[in-house]
Amino acid sequence: MLTYALTFAIACFALALILNLWRLATAPTMPDRILTVDTMVINIIALIVLYGAKAQSAVSFDAALLLAMTGFVSTVAFCKFLLRGGIIE
Amino acid sequence: MKRIFPHPMLSAALFLAWLLLAGGVALNSLLMAAILATLIPLATQAYWPGRPQIRHPLRLVSYVALVLWDVIIANIQVARIILFMPADRIQSAWITVPVDLPCPEAIALLAGTITLTPGTLTAEFSADNKALLIHALHAPDPDATRDEIKSRYEARLQRIFR
Amino acid sequence: MSLGVEILISALLVIGGCFGLIGSFGLLKLRGAMQRLHAPTKATTVGVGASLIAAALATYMATGVANWQGVLVAAFLFLTAPLSGLMLAKAHRHLDRPTVPPTGTGAPWAGERPVKP
Repeated sequence: MLTYALTFAIACFALALILNLWRLATAPTMPDRILTVDTMVINIIALIVLYGAKAQSAVSFDAALLLAMTGFVSTVAFCKFLLRGGIIE
Repeated sequence: MKRIFPHPMLSAALFLAWLLLAGGVALNSLLMAAILATLIPLATQAYWPGRPQIRHPLRLVSYVALVLWDVIIANIQVARIILFMPADRIQSAWITVPVDLPCPEAIALLAGTITLTPGTLTAEFSADNKALLIHALHAPDPDATRDEIKSRYEARLQRIFR
Repeated sequence: MSLGVEILISALLVIGGCFGLIGSFGLLKLRGAMQRLHAPTKATTVGVGASLIAAALATYMATGVANWQGVLVAAFLFLTAPLSGLMLAKAHRHLDRPTVPPTGTGAPWAGERPVKP
Protein backbone atom coordinates (compact mmCIF):
# COMPACT_ATOMS: atom_id res chain seq x y z
CA MET A 1 0.00 0.00 0.00
CA LEU A 2 2.82 2.34 0.88
CA THR A 3 4.46 1.75 -2.50
CA TYR A 4 1.23 2.59 -4.33
CA ALA A 5 0.69 5.76 -2.28
CA LEU A 6 4.29 6.82 -2.91
CA THR A 7 3.92 6.26 -6.64
CA PHE A 8 0.63 8.19 -6.62
CA ALA A 9 2.21 11.18 -4.83
CA ILE A 10 5.22 11.21 -7.18
CA ALA A 11 2.87 11.07 -10.18
CA CYS A 12 0.84 13.99 -8.75
CA PHE A 13 3.87 16.20 -8.34
CA ALA A 14 5.25 15.21 -11.77
CA LEU A 15 1.89 16.17 -13.34
CA ALA A 16 2.00 19.42 -11.35
CA LEU A 17 5.42 20.15 -12.87
CA ILE A 18 4.04 19.61 -16.38
CA LEU A 19 1.15 22.00 -15.62
CA ASN A 20 3.73 24.50 -14.35
CA LEU A 21 5.72 24.21 -17.60
CA TRP A 22 2.53 24.93 -19.55
CA ARG A 23 1.87 27.97 -17.37
CA LEU A 24 5.46 29.11 -17.79
CA ALA A 25 5.07 29.04 -21.56
CA THR A 26 1.73 30.89 -21.55
CA ALA A 27 2.12 33.25 -18.57
CA PRO A 28 0.90 36.76 -19.46
CA THR A 29 3.07 38.82 -17.09
CA MET A 30 6.55 38.79 -15.57
CA PRO A 31 5.45 38.29 -11.90
CA ASP A 32 3.43 35.29 -13.13
CA ARG A 33 6.54 33.69 -14.54
CA ILE A 34 8.47 34.26 -11.29
CA LEU A 35 5.56 32.76 -9.35
CA THR A 36 5.54 29.75 -11.65
CA VAL A 37 9.27 29.18 -11.22
CA ASP A 38 8.80 29.47 -7.44
CA THR A 39 6.03 26.86 -7.57
CA MET A 40 8.23 24.59 -9.70
CA VAL A 41 10.97 24.80 -7.06
CA ILE A 42 8.48 23.79 -4.34
CA ASN A 43 7.20 20.89 -6.45
CA ILE A 44 10.77 19.74 -7.13
CA ILE A 45 11.50 19.84 -3.37
CA ALA A 46 8.54 17.53 -2.83
CA LEU A 47 9.76 15.22 -5.63
CA ILE A 48 13.27 15.02 -4.12
CA VAL A 49 11.88 14.23 -0.67
CA LEU A 50 9.52 11.57 -2.05
CA TYR A 51 12.35 10.01 -4.05
CA GLY A 52 14.37 9.91 -0.84
CA ALA A 53 11.52 8.04 0.84
CA LYS A 54 11.37 5.61 -2.09
CA ALA A 55 15.12 5.00 -2.04
CA GLN A 56 15.10 5.00 1.79
CA SER A 57 18.00 7.42 2.07
CA ALA A 58 18.21 10.43 4.37
CA VAL A 59 20.57 12.37 2.09
CA SER A 60 17.66 13.79 0.07
CA PHE A 61 16.60 16.05 2.95
CA ASP A 62 19.89 17.98 2.64
CA ALA A 63 19.32 18.48 -1.08
CA ALA A 64 15.73 19.61 -0.40
CA LEU A 65 16.94 22.14 2.20
CA LEU A 66 19.54 23.58 -0.18
CA LEU A 67 16.99 23.86 -2.98
CA ALA A 68 14.49 25.56 -0.65
CA MET A 69 17.09 28.17 0.31
CA THR A 70 18.34 28.94 -3.21
CA GLY A 71 14.77 28.94 -4.56
CA PHE A 72 13.60 31.46 -1.98
CA VAL A 73 16.60 33.76 -2.48
CA SER A 74 16.25 33.68 -6.26
CA THR A 75 12.52 34.51 -6.07
CA VAL A 76 13.21 37.52 -3.86
CA ALA A 77 16.11 38.58 -6.11
CA PHE A 78 13.91 38.39 -9.22
CA CYS A 79 11.23 40.50 -7.52
CA LYS A 80 13.81 43.01 -6.33
CA PHE A 81 15.05 43.26 -9.91
CA LEU A 82 11.54 43.99 -11.18
CA LEU A 83 10.93 46.54 -8.42
CA ARG A 84 14.15 48.52 -8.65
CA GLY A 85 16.03 47.40 -11.76
CA GLY A 86 18.89 46.13 -9.61
CA ILE A 87 19.43 43.31 -7.14
CA ILE A 88 22.03 44.72 -4.76
CA GLU A 89 21.48 48.24 -3.48
CA MET B 1 23.40 38.88 30.08
CA LYS B 2 21.71 41.19 27.60
CA ARG B 3 25.08 42.20 26.16
CA ILE B 4 26.04 38.59 25.43
CA PHE B 5 22.59 37.51 24.19
CA PRO B 6 20.87 40.53 22.60
CA HIS B 7 18.09 38.33 21.20
CA PRO B 8 17.46 35.27 23.40
CA MET B 9 14.70 33.91 21.14
CA LEU B 10 16.96 34.18 18.06
CA SER B 11 19.74 32.41 19.95
CA ALA B 12 17.39 29.59 20.95
CA ALA B 13 16.09 29.26 17.38
CA LEU B 14 19.63 29.13 15.96
CA PHE B 15 20.67 26.54 18.56
CA LEU B 16 17.69 24.34 17.71
CA ALA B 17 18.13 24.81 13.95
CA TRP B 18 21.77 23.72 14.11
CA LEU B 19 20.91 20.65 16.14
CA LEU B 20 18.20 19.73 13.61
CA LEU B 21 20.63 20.29 10.75
CA ALA B 22 23.35 18.18 12.38
CA GLY B 23 20.75 15.51 13.15
CA GLY B 24 21.72 14.64 16.70
CA VAL B 25 22.81 15.86 20.10
CA ALA B 26 26.46 14.77 19.99
CA LEU B 27 28.92 16.89 21.98
CA ASN B 28 30.53 18.50 18.93
CA SER B 29 27.20 19.62 17.43
CA LEU B 30 26.10 21.01 20.82
CA LEU B 31 29.34 23.02 21.01
CA MET B 32 29.01 24.32 17.44
CA ALA B 33 25.34 25.20 18.08
CA ALA B 34 26.31 27.16 21.21
CA ILE B 35 29.05 29.05 19.31
CA LEU B 36 26.69 29.94 16.44
CA ALA B 37 23.84 30.90 18.80
CA THR B 38 26.20 33.34 20.52
CA LEU B 39 28.03 34.80 17.52
CA ILE B 40 25.26 35.30 14.95
CA PRO B 41 23.00 37.50 17.16
CA LEU B 42 26.06 39.55 18.14
CA ALA B 43 27.14 40.00 14.52
CA THR B 44 23.65 40.99 13.33
CA GLN B 45 22.82 43.13 16.38
CA ALA B 46 23.45 46.37 14.51
CA TYR B 47 20.70 45.54 11.98
CA TRP B 48 18.09 44.60 14.62
CA PRO B 49 18.33 47.18 17.39
CA GLY B 50 14.86 46.72 18.95
CA ARG B 51 13.97 43.97 21.38
CA PRO B 52 10.46 42.52 21.12
CA GLN B 53 8.90 42.17 24.55
CA ILE B 54 7.10 38.84 24.72
CA ARG B 55 4.82 38.70 27.72
CA HIS B 56 3.51 35.17 27.46
CA PRO B 57 5.77 32.68 25.62
CA LEU B 58 3.20 29.92 26.28
CA ARG B 59 0.49 31.90 24.54
CA LEU B 60 2.85 32.21 21.56
CA VAL B 61 2.98 28.40 21.40
CA SER B 62 -0.82 28.14 21.47
CA TYR B 63 -1.00 30.88 18.81
CA VAL B 64 1.29 28.85 16.53
CA ALA B 65 -0.89 25.77 17.08
CA LEU B 66 -4.02 27.81 16.20
CA VAL B 67 -2.37 29.11 13.02
CA LEU B 68 -1.27 25.61 11.96
CA TRP B 69 -4.84 24.36 12.41
CA ASP B 70 -6.19 27.33 10.43
CA VAL B 71 -3.66 26.64 7.66
CA ILE B 72 -5.15 23.18 7.17
CA ILE B 73 -8.73 24.53 7.12
CA ALA B 74 -7.66 27.35 4.77
CA ASN B 75 -6.12 24.89 2.36
CA ILE B 76 -9.31 22.86 2.14
CA GLN B 77 -11.33 26.06 1.51
CA VAL B 78 -8.93 27.34 -1.17
CA ALA B 79 -8.81 23.90 -2.81
CA ARG B 80 -12.62 23.86 -3.00
CA ILE B 81 -12.65 27.35 -4.53
CA ILE B 82 -10.03 26.35 -7.11
CA LEU B 83 -11.71 23.07 -8.04
CA PHE B 84 -15.43 23.78 -7.95
CA MET B 85 -16.04 27.51 -8.34
CA PRO B 86 -16.31 28.92 -11.89
CA ALA B 87 -13.57 31.46 -12.51
CA ASP B 88 -15.97 34.33 -13.20
CA ARG B 89 -17.83 33.86 -9.92
CA ILE B 90 -14.78 34.35 -7.70
CA GLN B 91 -15.07 37.77 -6.06
CA SER B 92 -11.61 39.03 -5.20
CA ALA B 93 -11.17 42.15 -3.12
CA TRP B 94 -8.49 44.46 -1.79
CA ILE B 95 -9.02 45.07 1.92
CA THR B 96 -7.36 47.57 4.24
CA VAL B 97 -6.80 46.23 7.74
CA PRO B 98 -5.87 48.84 10.35
CA VAL B 99 -3.45 47.33 12.86
CA ASP B 100 -2.58 48.46 16.37
CA LEU B 101 0.47 46.45 17.41
CA PRO B 102 3.39 47.76 19.43
CA CYS B 103 6.44 46.42 17.55
CA PRO B 104 7.49 45.54 13.97
CA GLU B 105 8.02 41.91 14.95
CA ALA B 106 4.34 41.55 15.90
CA ILE B 107 3.24 43.17 12.63
CA ALA B 108 5.49 40.80 10.66
CA LEU B 109 3.96 37.86 12.53
CA LEU B 110 0.43 39.10 11.74
CA ALA B 111 1.34 39.61 8.05
CA GLY B 112 2.77 36.10 7.83
CA THR B 113 -0.32 34.66 9.51
CA ILE B 114 -2.61 36.44 7.06
CA THR B 115 -0.68 35.10 4.07
CA LEU B 116 -0.77 31.51 5.35
CA THR B 117 -4.48 31.46 6.29
CA PRO B 118 -7.91 31.50 4.56
CA GLY B 119 -7.67 32.89 1.04
CA THR B 120 -5.94 36.10 2.10
CA LEU B 121 -2.52 37.49 1.27
CA THR B 122 -0.59 40.45 2.65
CA ALA B 123 0.42 42.68 -0.25
CA GLU B 124 1.69 45.89 1.37
CA PHE B 125 1.93 47.81 4.61
CA SER B 126 1.44 51.52 5.14
CA ALA B 127 4.39 53.88 5.54
CA ASP B 128 3.56 54.51 9.21
CA ASN B 129 3.06 50.80 10.10
CA LYS B 130 -0.59 51.35 11.01
CA ALA B 131 -2.36 49.45 8.23
CA LEU B 132 -1.93 46.34 6.09
CA LEU B 133 -3.15 45.96 2.51
CA ILE B 134 -4.43 42.44 1.98
CA HIS B 135 -5.87 40.72 -1.06
CA ALA B 136 -8.67 38.19 -0.56
CA LEU B 137 -9.24 35.43 -3.09
CA HIS B 138 -12.98 35.12 -2.49
CA ALA B 139 -14.54 37.68 -0.15
CA PRO B 140 -18.21 38.53 -0.85
CA ASP B 141 -18.17 40.54 2.40
CA PRO B 142 -14.79 42.30 2.83
CA ASP B 143 -15.73 43.88 6.17
CA ALA B 144 -16.39 40.46 7.72
CA THR B 145 -12.96 39.24 6.57
CA ARG B 146 -11.33 42.28 8.12
CA ASP B 147 -13.19 41.87 11.41
CA GLU B 148 -12.30 38.18 11.58
CA ILE B 149 -8.58 38.93 11.13
CA LYS B 150 -8.74 41.60 13.82
CA SER B 151 -10.60 39.51 16.37
CA ARG B 152 -8.99 36.13 15.67
CA TYR B 153 -5.31 37.01 15.20
CA GLU B 154 -4.61 40.62 16.10
CA ALA B 155 -6.30 40.48 19.51
CA ARG B 156 -4.25 37.41 20.43
CA LEU B 157 -1.01 39.07 19.27
CA GLN B 158 -1.83 42.16 21.31
CA ARG B 159 -2.00 39.99 24.41
CA ILE B 160 1.30 38.26 23.59
CA PHE B 161 3.37 41.35 22.81
CA ARG B 162 3.62 44.25 25.18
CA MET C 1 5.74 -1.72 10.23
CA SER C 2 2.31 -1.76 11.80
CA LEU C 3 -0.77 -1.36 9.65
CA GLY C 4 -1.92 1.83 11.40
CA VAL C 5 1.31 3.68 10.70
CA GLU C 6 1.27 2.47 7.11
CA ILE C 7 -2.28 3.80 6.63
CA LEU C 8 -1.26 7.13 8.21
CA ILE C 9 1.77 7.52 5.92
CA SER C 10 -0.23 6.54 2.84
CA ALA C 11 -3.00 9.02 3.71
CA LEU C 12 -0.45 11.80 4.17
CA LEU C 13 1.16 10.97 0.82
CA VAL C 14 -2.18 10.98 -1.02
CA ILE C 15 -3.25 14.26 0.63
CA GLY C 16 0.10 15.88 -0.12
CA GLY C 17 0.08 14.80 -3.75
CA CYS C 18 -3.51 16.04 -4.27
CA PHE C 19 -2.78 19.45 -2.72
CA GLY C 20 0.39 19.89 -4.80
CA LEU C 21 -1.57 19.11 -7.94
CA ILE C 22 -4.45 21.43 -6.96
CA GLY C 23 -1.98 24.28 -6.34
CA SER C 24 -0.47 23.95 -9.79
CA PHE C 25 -3.92 23.54 -11.36
CA GLY C 26 -5.06 26.74 -9.65
CA LEU C 27 -2.09 28.52 -11.20
CA LEU C 28 -3.55 27.63 -14.60
CA LYS C 29 -7.24 28.13 -13.85
CA LEU C 30 -7.48 31.36 -11.88
CA ARG C 31 -7.72 34.66 -13.74
CA GLY C 32 -5.75 37.74 -12.79
CA ALA C 33 -2.22 37.83 -11.43
CA MET C 34 -3.27 38.51 -7.83
CA GLN C 35 -5.71 35.56 -7.78
CA ARG C 36 -3.04 33.25 -9.12
CA LEU C 37 -0.76 34.31 -6.27
CA HIS C 38 -3.13 32.60 -3.82
CA ALA C 39 -2.98 29.10 -5.29
CA PRO C 40 0.66 28.05 -4.85
CA THR C 41 1.47 29.91 -1.62
CA LYS C 42 -1.16 27.86 0.17
CA ALA C 43 -1.87 24.59 -1.57
CA THR C 44 1.78 23.72 -2.06
CA THR C 45 2.70 24.54 1.53
CA VAL C 46 0.41 21.83 2.85
CA GLY C 47 1.24 19.56 -0.09
CA VAL C 48 4.97 19.70 0.60
CA GLY C 49 4.40 19.68 4.38
CA ALA C 50 2.36 16.46 4.27
CA SER C 51 4.89 14.85 1.91
CA LEU C 52 7.76 15.81 4.22
CA ILE C 53 6.06 14.33 7.29
CA ALA C 54 5.22 11.16 5.37
CA ALA C 55 8.77 10.82 4.01
CA ALA C 56 10.34 11.39 7.44
CA LEU C 57 7.99 8.80 9.00
CA ALA C 58 8.66 6.30 6.21
CA THR C 59 12.44 6.70 6.52
CA TYR C 60 12.21 6.32 10.29
CA MET C 61 10.09 3.19 9.97
CA ALA C 62 12.40 1.66 7.38
CA THR C 63 15.80 2.48 8.88
CA GLY C 64 15.05 3.14 12.56
CA VAL C 65 16.96 6.42 12.47
CA ALA C 66 14.91 9.50 13.40
CA ASN C 67 15.36 12.19 10.79
CA TRP C 68 14.66 15.71 11.96
CA GLN C 69 15.85 17.61 8.90
CA GLY C 70 12.39 17.32 7.38
CA VAL C 71 11.10 19.53 10.20
CA LEU C 72 13.71 22.10 9.23
CA VAL C 73 12.70 22.03 5.55
CA ALA C 74 9.00 22.40 6.47
CA ALA C 75 9.73 25.26 8.91
CA PHE C 76 11.83 27.00 6.26
CA LEU C 77 9.07 26.70 3.66
CA PHE C 78 6.44 28.03 6.10
CA LEU C 79 8.65 30.98 7.04
CA THR C 80 9.57 31.94 3.47
CA ALA C 81 6.16 31.49 1.77
CA PRO C 82 4.73 34.79 3.15
CA LEU C 83 7.93 36.64 2.18
CA SER C 84 7.95 35.51 -1.45
CA GLY C 85 4.19 36.18 -1.61
CA LEU C 86 4.73 39.73 -0.34
CA MET C 87 7.57 40.37 -2.80
CA LEU C 88 5.55 39.01 -5.74
CA ALA C 89 2.55 41.17 -4.76
CA LYS C 90 4.84 44.20 -4.58
CA ALA C 91 6.26 43.42 -8.03
CA HIS C 92 2.74 43.00 -9.44
CA ARG C 93 1.57 46.31 -7.95
CA HIS C 94 4.72 48.00 -9.25
CA LEU C 95 4.14 46.81 -12.83
CA ASP C 96 0.35 46.70 -13.24
CA ARG C 97 -0.73 49.48 -10.86
CA PRO C 98 -4.15 48.10 -9.79
CA THR C 99 -6.38 50.51 -7.89
CA VAL C 100 -6.23 49.77 -4.17
CA PRO C 101 -8.15 51.32 -1.25
CA PRO C 102 -6.47 54.09 0.79
CA THR C 103 -4.63 53.30 4.03
CA GLY C 104 -7.07 55.24 6.21
CA THR C 105 -4.23 56.50 8.41
CA GLY C 106 -3.15 59.51 6.36
CA ALA C 107 0.17 57.95 5.36
CA PRO C 108 0.65 56.38 1.90
CA TRP C 109 1.35 52.69 1.29
CA ALA C 110 5.03 51.90 1.66
CA GLY C 111 6.74 52.02 -1.71
CA GLU C 112 4.34 54.67 -3.04
CA ARG C 113 5.19 58.28 -3.43
CA PRO C 114 3.02 60.50 -1.21
CA VAL C 115 0.09 62.03 -3.07
CA LYS C 116 0.46 65.75 -3.53
CA PRO C 117 -2.58 67.70 -2.22
